Amino acid sequence: SPNFLLVGYLIKNRICTSDSETGGSPKWDNKAQYLLTCIGFAVGIGNVWRFPYLCQIYGGGAFLIPYLIALVFEGLPLLFLELAVGQRLRKGSVGVWKTINPVIGGVGIGCLIVSFLVGVFYNTILAWVLWYFFHSFQEPLPWSTCPLNESRTDYNLECKKSTPVNYFWYRETLNITPDIEISGSVEWGMVICLASAWCIVYICFIKGIDSMGKAVYVTSTFPYLVLTIFLIRALTLPGATDGLLYLFTPDWQTLKNPRVWLDAATQIFFSLSVAFGGLISFSSYNEEKNNCERDAVLVGVINSATSLYASIPVFSILGFKATTALNACKDENILALTNHFEFSDQNITLQNYDYWYEYLNTTYPGKFQSLSLRECDLQKLLKQVLTPSYSTGLAFIVFTEAVISMPGSQVWAVLFFVMLFSLGLSSMFGNIEGVLSPLNELKLLPRWIPKELTSAIICLISFLVALLFTLSSGNYWVEVFNGYVGSVPLLIIALFEIIGVIYFRGMKTFSDDIYIMTGKRPNIFWKACWMVISPLLLLVVFVAYVIVQAQTRPTYQAWNPDYEKFPETEQKLYPDWVFAIIILLCVVPVISIPLVALYQLLRGRFRKSSVGMELNPYDNDAFVTDTQEQKTQRA
Amino acid sequence: MIAYADFKIESLAYFSKKMPNHVRWVLQQIKSRIERLNALFRPVMHYNCSAHHEGTNMTEEASNISSDTAAYPWSKNEMFLFRAALAFAMRDYTNGEEFGVSDIHPCDETKRVSFWFVVTRPNTTDLVDKGTVEMAIKKSRNRINGAFLLTDQTLEFDGIYPTLAAPVSPDTPPWLIVFGVVMGAVSVGIIALLAYPLVQRKLKKNKDADDEDSDEETGVKTAEIGANDGIYNSTFSDDERFTQM
Repeated sequence: SPNFLLVGYLIKNRICTSDSETGGSPKWDNKAQYLLTCIGFAVGIGNVWRFPYLCQIYGGGAFLIPYLIALVFEGLPLLFLELAVGQRLRKGSVGVWKTINPVIGGVGIGCLIVSFLVGVFYNTILAWVLWYFFHSFQEPLPWSTCPLNESRTDYNLECKKSTPVNYFWYRETLNITPDIEISGSVEWGMVICLASAWCIVYICFIKGIDSMGKAVYVTSTFPYLVLTIFLIRALTLPGATDGLLYLFTPDWQTLKNPRVWLDAATQIFFSLSVAFGGLISFSSYNEEKNNCERDAVLVGVINSATSLYASIPVFSILGFKATTALNACKDENILALTNHFEFSDQNITLQNYDYWYEYLNTTYPGKFQSLSLRECDLQKLLKQVLTPSYSTGLAFIVFTEAVISMPGSQVWAVLFFVMLFSLGLSSMFGNIEGVLSPLNELKLLPRWIPKELTSAIICLISFLVALLFTLSSGNYWVEVFNGYVGSVPLLIIALFEIIGVIYFRGMKTFSDDIYIMTGKRPNIFWKACWMVISPLLLLVVFVAYVIVQAQTRPTYQAWNPDYEKFPETEQKLYPDWVFAIIILLCVVPVISIPLVALYQLLRGRFRKSSVGMELNPYDNDAFVTDTQEQKTQRA
Repeated sequence: MIAYADFKIESLAYFSKKMPNHVRWVLQQIKSRIERLNALFRPVMHYNCSAHHEGTNMTEEASNISSDTAAYPWSKNEMFLFRAALAFAMRDYTNGEEFGVSDIHPCDETKRVSFWFVVTRPNTTDLVDKGTVEMAIKKSRNRINGAFLLTDQTLEFDGIYPTLAAPVSPDTPPWLIVFGVVMGAVSVGIIALLAYPLVQRKLKKNKDADDEDSDEETGVKTAEIGANDGIYNSTFSDDERFTQM
């Protein structure tokens, strides 16, 4: 608009801005950029491993029902709400809530803290991905064989007892300690990878959404390409159909377990990346007359479709892994039988294994029992294949093991880790945006700092905080953050978001907003969801979650080579001080909501929100401040 | 016979991670009461082998073993090759004692292509002790493997474990190369993106300075920079229209 240009001129010589040519707020180059950014933010590493993992433990195809119900009644309304609010009020996550009503301004600050904490540990996962990526260019892959022990007479003991893949992950990558209390030392290899990850995030974010918008063309589309390649490759592997059948065979009994519904609701939540504030910022850079209803439905549906699409190659590969393990088990038994009964070679093969097994068992039971053969059962192996009980290990243990058995391992490993990295990177953009735009709105940093420097400062501070995760016990801390920062605070923030929009802004005003933006008012479905269903669902989920967590003392799985049941992971209780930190992590992001509310109430500034007053097209903060400064300077 | 009854056969745990299609030989323990049994050693093949094999007399089959195994063709010729290879190994280890093919005595051959054998000193019936034979085999393991075109995994001597190959460690670790390339590209990108606007601004300043000079020279009226865009609103400015540089 001409006002912006004019103002840009007058202050051009005083303040050098490095903004885009419009001279003021950033803007998307085109609609595709915006959609790709939102989709990239929503689609993350969790879509690839957490969804298939949940699908598998909650009875395959039956999990889709609570998942889709949660998507329709909880995910989509929240998504639509955030996009609409951001696009209409054209501010970041702090500004919109302050605009609606200063009392709930704390919600934005909560979003800021959550985005920061999640960004810190999420990028650590990307650092691990980078480590694996760097190590995938070797022949043979370093996680395919055990290293030798010091005297070169045998393989390393820890590696022999577990598997080379586990050893590479726990010992060579993490160098993990047996307990969260034992911090160990800083792992320099990991520090380098972490620095690289933050540098890559920085270079993509160096110019705000101008540079990020270009980066998402690659980071959001490349994973789909790789997923398709993996899909085709995985479906041609032997045993793929077993894995797929296992995934999609519904076990209706699990629907009676309330944990399933709880996990479906929280999965949709974390998967769509609502309540982070990033989506609000992204949609505020849109033009006002944009159909955000269609965008919200599109993003939500694509996110869930990606989860489903990704679970097909995942389960095909897991079926392949189980089949490989089955054949190895059978080969072992065949060797034992052949040696013991002195048959000639190739008499017992994989094909006639079952026949020979039965025959020998019945004909020579004594001899047979003395061999104590291992039982080779496909269903058991399929279950066993998914035993890493916590999800971050799934990608690094399960997939890397599968990749070894595929011909051309290096290619698949490199492709896989690049895909994981771009999935995670596009999600990181949303996290960083969720930190940067509230910071700019809160005016915590002086105006003359260019945005390159702000991004650099944020990346540096996050890197320094994330050094905690490069300690030997770092993986345990990532699990703590993953489990607690990304669950309870988000639920509370989302609840307050809905309450804020529907009750503070008012359903009527909000419908008008949407009418202005899209040309039609929200229909009865949206209204019912916003006013009743979604808040109710969120409240129920929150209460249930707290109850479930409060019932048992939280535990974690520790990798302890001295454990008697090694290579199984040892279940340990969190010590008290870690428990206190967990409580802090849950409480600190949301404490700002009541604090700010109290502050505002005490100060008596209880302005009603009105569209006319807030959205003055001549209202340009920078302009007003500057001329006042000019006046005071000359006075 | 009594002496041999005392022998404990080496453990028959000869599998675990070995592949099928393997050939197995088992060494026999020599006890001190050899001298008493010297006279009994002539028919070595029949004697000591059947004593500790579980009942079945395998001797006939042993001498007539023929290969039906599809996996590894075994015949009397192959057995001859084995004996020759082992004789070579013994010669190599003992530095010259002239072991011959006739000094290696296999027995208890099975269809599985596995058998026991004993080694006697050349031209005598003194058995060579197990330790010496083991060392000899360890020394020439590669040659024996090579003779049969087999590997450590497919040819097993019970009780002799292969020495593991040292892991390959390249001079420059590959991960360093990839890391260097990626980080180099990222650093160059960051520096470029940070420096580019500064350079651009400097160029633009020079260009504007030139433009200003040319404008002043030609004396255009109000065609100072930007006067053409938009309507000037004098409400909010305190002093002159264009701020001084």
